[in-house]
Amino acid sequence: MLTFVFYLFFLLIFVVFAVYAERKTAAFIQNRLGPMEVGPKGILQTIADLLKMLQKEDIRAGAVDLGPFLIAPFIVFTAVFAGFSVLPLNQELSGSDASGGLFLLIAIISLDVIGILIAGWASNNKYSLFGAMRSVAQIISYEIPLGLAILCVVIITGTLDLQETSLLQTGNGIIRWNIVQHPVLIIPFLIFFVAGLAESNRTPFDLPESESELIGGYHTEYSGFRWGIFMLSEYGMMLLLSMLGTILFFGGWNSPLPNIVGVELFEMTSGPVWGSFWLLSKALLLIFIQMWVRWTLPRLRVDQLMSLSWKYLTPLSLLMLFICGMWKFWLIS
Amino acid sequence: MSYFGNISHAVRTTRKGLALTIRYFFSARKKRKKEWVGENNYFEKAEGTFTVQYPKEEIPVPDHGRYKLHNEIDDCIVCDKCAKICPVDCIEIEPVRAKEVFGKTSDGTSLRIHAAKFDIDMSKCCFCGLCTVVCPTECLTMTNEYDYSTHDILDHNFSFSKMTEKEIDEKKKEFEEYQSQKVVSAPPKSDAVKSVAKMPVIKKPGAKPVFKPRPIPKKK
Repeated sequence: MLTFVFYLFFLLIFVVFAVYAERKTAAFIQNRLGPMEVGPKGILQTIADLLKMLQKEDIRAGAVDLGPFLIAPFIVFTAVFAGFSVLPLNQELSGSDASGGLFLLIAIISLDVIGILIAGWASNNKYSLFGAMRSVAQIISYEIPLGLAILCVVIITGTLDLQETSLLQTGNGIIRWNIVQHPVLIIPFLIFFVAGLAESNRTPFDLPESESELIGGYHTEYSGFRWGIFMLSEYGMMLLLSMLGTILFFGGWNSPLPNIVGVELFEMTSGPVWGSFWLLSKALLLIFIQMWVRWTLPRLRVDQLMSLSWKYLTPLSLLMLFICGMWKFWLIS
Repeated sequence: MSYFGNISHAVRTTRKGLALTIRYFFSARKKRKKEWVGENNYFEKAEGTFTVQYPKEEIPVPDHGRYKLHNEIDDCIVCDKCAKICPVDCIEIEPVRAKEVFGKTSDGTSLRIHAAKFDIDMSKCCFCGLCTVVCPTECLTMTNEYDYSTHDILDHNFSFSKMTEKEIDEKKKEFEEYQSQKVVSAPPKSDAVKSVAKMPVIKKPGAKPVFKPRPIPKKK
């Protein structure tokens, strides 16, 4: 329960600064300065934007299907945020004790596609519907490589419990991390990362939103607070997948520092506070990589998106599943 | 392209693109110098952030740039040359003659005419700089001030005359009095002047007809 409350507040604060970080990253990559006016170096820009957004009118266009239209953003947010319930925070706070935690997480975050479809369809607007359709097609397609990449880890660790996955990587820093201990997991991690980008509707897979062609995709008709909820869910999804990636591949809350002869670095940098620190900083590093990718690659075409998922990622992840099975076989024998 | 060719192409190009953008990300620690385009190697110094936060920082303008006009009215002899050469007629001058030399400009030219009105309408100005070229006392110059946009277009009409209405009326009256006295005390015109006037007028050969625009046929 405590982790859930922590993640709720952390998510809210994270979104404010992630939007700022996103804009700054974009600016630096494009030789600009980014927000500079509100607060020192523009650090309070998002807060100003947030205040503006909350004061905006909650516009309900005449032709929308009001009931589903109003409820859709909350379905999306609930689905994404429910995923946080099974994430451990450190050695002591393990989140929900569901033994099939990972399975629950994957199942529940795929529900957000229902919210997106409702939002697009209830808006009664061709751009919203296009966006929603693309989103559904995309999320369902990329769920498969994502699931298979996660399955590779599950085969090797032999558990669906995320806290247990973290515990298996404890001891002696970076050497014990899954991706170092089992190098076969490097390619599954790349698949996981690419599919994760697609799951959270981030560039280069932001076809559902694609502001330059579909205005805003499924949230075209939304304004004010409800639009803010969509934004919150998108960043929540980024954070969730980055944390999941951290736990599965990069040791979760374990310190990266190994014990060097005589100096117990690992023990010195372990503990509840250190654990939370390592988990969150690793996740934020992955988020930086997501932003970096966003400002590097242009958006894919719909057919390219589908062929990437079905022709390249899915066969590759099936192959990796087989290889990971063999690896596990070799480990046991 | 083949299946595996696609994969290797995608991996190579993504790697290259990411390397490029991260280089830019880190070069954002540097800031470009605020230089104008005429500086040496201007185009080679493309590293670092580019933004000029305008009211706080400015790119220096070239010395010979043509921006807002300024007239140093104390040095102006009201010769009207600038108003005559102006292709867009943006300078309006109202001269009031003085009865005698009433001062000197800084370069020693005598002042004989008061400027009752010296208005430059910068909203009409085409920034050709011809007026500054013809100015005999170099009192009319182009400054490097370029940020003078206003909410009202009439505010672009800059007035340089320092004279008040009362002063203008005074000077006008003074000159009229002087003129009328002059007419009274004027000596009778000599014969020489009359003979000149009676000389046959030599007609100059007609100048080439001025260009007239062709009438544009009306569209039906």
